Amino acid sequence: MAINHTPDALLVKNYIAGDEQALTVLINRHQTKIYGFIYSKLADRDQADDVFQDTFIKVIKTLKSNSYNEEGKFLPWVMRIAHNLIVDFYRKNKKMPLLRETEEFSIFDILSDNSPSIEGQIIYDGIEKDVQNIILELPDDQKEVLMMRIYQDLSFKEISELTGVSINTALGRMRYAVINLRKIIEKNNIILTA
Amino acid sequence: MAKIYSKIIAAPTAIQPKKETVNFILNYSKALSYLNIKGQKIEFIAN
Repeated sequence: MAINHTPDALLVKNYIAGDEQALTVLINRHQTKIYGFIYSKLADRDQADDVFQDTFIKVIKTLKSNSYNEEGKFLPWVMRIAHNLIVDFYRKNKKMPLLRETEEFSIFDILSDNSPSIEGQIIYDGIEKDVQNIILELPDDQKEVLMMRIYQDLSFKEISELTGVSINTALGRMRYAVINLRKIIEKNNIILTA
Repeated sequence: MAKIYSKIIAAPTAIQPKKETVNFILNYSKALSYLNIKGQKIEFIAN
């Protein structure tokens, strides 16, 4: 029973000298205050246990390696170690924040997925098919120029060489092709947007 | 920093670490020792 009234400084001295029981007394004496302090900062029992454990590992290493300078302030020293570990914990978590979905916040408000959905892809395929059908209704010379330009990505110089007409003629045919496409779309009330 | 420490969460009374945590610390202490070899402290953990 007398050992419970032993000052911290003497317990530390005994522990350094090899008395493991002294550490047990120190932990039992101060665990509530130290753990309570850690928990008040972290609000998580498991994380608080981890920090509490890491705190005492540092304490043990310092004492056993004879690196501790006794100034009669064991508890403040341990609390300072715990405090620093809490700061490290927050720094580490800040680098990799854990975001949890709540009713007020969703990570998808910030992150966006630009890939088309299945519905979007179906709509796009439908629009493309409609456009191809409309192109088929164009006069042959306009259809030829438009398909070379849009689907084969040829320049007007290349189109003029392949079709045997001047560049201006190729440009003209392209222009009329676009005008006629618009007329067909308007005439048939076709909607080409999603 | 001030922002972190301005948030105080009231801890339940007499909150303590898990017994397993304390036991681990005590066992770790029993297993850990230091040897001084040529002025260098070498850490040993006995199994």
